Amino acid sequence: MIGIQNLTKISDHEWEIPQSFRADMRVPVRIFATQRLLEQIMDDKSLEQAVNAATLPGLVGNVVIMPDMHQGYGFPIGAVAATEFPRGVISPGGIGYDVNCGIRLLASSIELEAALPHLDALATLLNKYCPSGVGVKGVVRVNVPELERVLREGSRWALKNGYASEQDLARTEEGGCLEGAYPAKVSDRAKQRGRQQIGSVGAGNHFVEVDVVESIFDSETAAVFGLRTGCLAVQIHCGSRGLGHQVCTDYVQSFQSAVQRYGIELPDRELVCAPMDSPEGQAYLGAMRAAANFAFANRQLLAHSARRAFEEIFAGKLKGWELRQVYDIAHNMGKIETHEIDGQRIKVCVHRKGATRAFGPGSPDLPPEYQSTGQPVLVPGSMGTASWVLAGTEMSMARSFGSCCHGAGRVMSRSKAKHEIRGDDLRRELEGRGIKVRAGSMPGLAEEAPSAYKDVDAVVETVTAADIARKVARLRPVAVVKG
Amino acid sequence: MGFEEIVHTADWALRVWADNLEGLFAEAARGMYALSGANQAEGPKVKRTFETQAQDAESLLVAFLSELVYALEQEGVIFDEFDVQVEGTKLKVEMSGAPILSLTKAIKAVTYHNLQVRPTARGYEVEIVFDV
Repeated sequence: MIGIQNLTKISDHEWEIPQSFRADMRVPVRIFATQRLLEQIMDDKSLEQAVNAATLPGLVGNVVIMPDMHQGYGFPIGAVAATEFPRGVISPGGIGYDVNCGIRLLASSIELEAALPHLDALATLLNKYCPSGVGVKGVVRVNVPELERVLREGSRWALKNGYASEQDLARTEEGGCLEGAYPAKVSDRAKQRGRQQIGSVGAGNHFVEVDVVESIFDSETAAVFGLRTGCLAVQIHCGSRGLGHQVCTDYVQSFQSAVQRYGIELPDRELVCAPMDSPEGQAYLGAMRAAANFAFANRQLLAHSARRAFEEIFAGKLKGWELRQVYDIAHNMGKIETHEIDGQRIKVCVHRKGATRAFGPGSPDLPPEYQSTGQPVLVPGSMGTASWVLAGTEMSMARSFGSCCHGAGRVMSRSKAKHEIRGDDLRRELEGRGIKVRAGSMPGLAEEAPSAYKDVDAVVETVTAADIARKVARLRPVAVVKG
Repeated sequence: MGFEEIVHTADWALRVWADNLEGLFAEAARGMYALSGANQAEGPKVKRTFETQAQDAESLLVAFLSELVYALEQEGVIFDEFDVQVEGTKLKVEMSGAPILSLTKAIKAVTYHNLQVRPTARGYEVEIVFDV
């Protein structure tokens, strides 16, 4: 077990596990956390998993851990690890089963006060148009050739089919389409799982949520992002559904023998990996990008569904109901990017597992309107608490491979939450605070109770104190749709 | 033989034990269905044979449980009777089941995290972490 005595304190918000901690580490681990946040995760295996992640061949810089970290499998959740391209490895388990799980934020000019009489009907319609829960099908079902177009084109497919605007794509990470997707490397099983699920939320911690912009910390940036105090916004949290899970399952399985072929020794079989320039690494890259494109299209379809609900409820009654995209960002992804390490600019594969890309001002990957502000960084809190909109900084480029936290981070196991919290009670409590809840499963709702998570404000205080992001706005939920 | 849920912060984990490898595989399947709250409907039995080959018992176990995850999600079938044969790196399972009546929890994937099929004084034991 790793204790606080094994960590070197860099500042009140940054700690290091030195490379000398364990013989098989190839780089140090840097953790952004306060002592209090660190103490919350000492009971689980997050830090041991962070040390395991630091053993991957070809790592550069540090493995970076965010303050919302918690135990995962293979990598901890909240980890960023960069391997040198193309000789370093890519690890499917270091990206996760839900490839391109991410967050989309849409903003409106509807004031909460005016919307209040319609919130109940809005929650019901969002629940109808954004299918969620165990085993649900999506709003669009496609055959395999059409699915392969989705896998190649991502949100561009949605644009061609009338589900997206040019601005949506410009305000999506990578324009909603990763180049180099190779549908032929996605198994038939994955395709079968995916072809009926486009435009569905799924279960677990995924949701569609209506929020009100409660407070603004940087009015200039908030104005650029289209966020107005007191107005409604929508967050969509989901990923690549069964397709992404099957892609990861297939490659974690096939890489079990690849590590033997390449003589790679690892402390955990979930970390299996292959050099990016190997046939195995190339195949996974092509399949992972295809799954990522599926997820971009999925969130785009859900945005389309949310717009449909807003139009039906508010059109003709209130002005400013149009939902404009603020941004769409992945937090489970492997990306080839160029970063400066020890004064040299090098191409790396940044594995972000439960960590959000957070590019600073001036990045060529951002649309023109965000060049001066930096990228919107979307940090959903636990259900019923608060969510944050931050902006990427120059420091995030220097210290965390242009990455930031992705949420509040769990502290309580699902089994404990299920035993300690009753879904019905939680729903009543949330409704009592004016939050409309539409949930398919009461035990599922209980597992996602706010008390099962860390304090998102403490997480955000940490990343902003470490200067890897800055505060723009805080959102408060008013309606939640969950599976 | 048996199974019990063990604590994991973000996902679901099971400890499974049995007198032999064959029993361990069948019990792992039952444990996974129990975690997902799966109930069978009345109806005609569905029969299936699953055969695979992999480098070791852990890979065979992940392949088998992943097959069940797929059958559950795509075909809506839950199996409850298993005739398991493990011979070295080969696995053959003849199983029968029925359609789902209800399901409370989606198990989305079976992980290799710290996966180790261990011989014990009474047979075999394994801990499995599922992505949910």
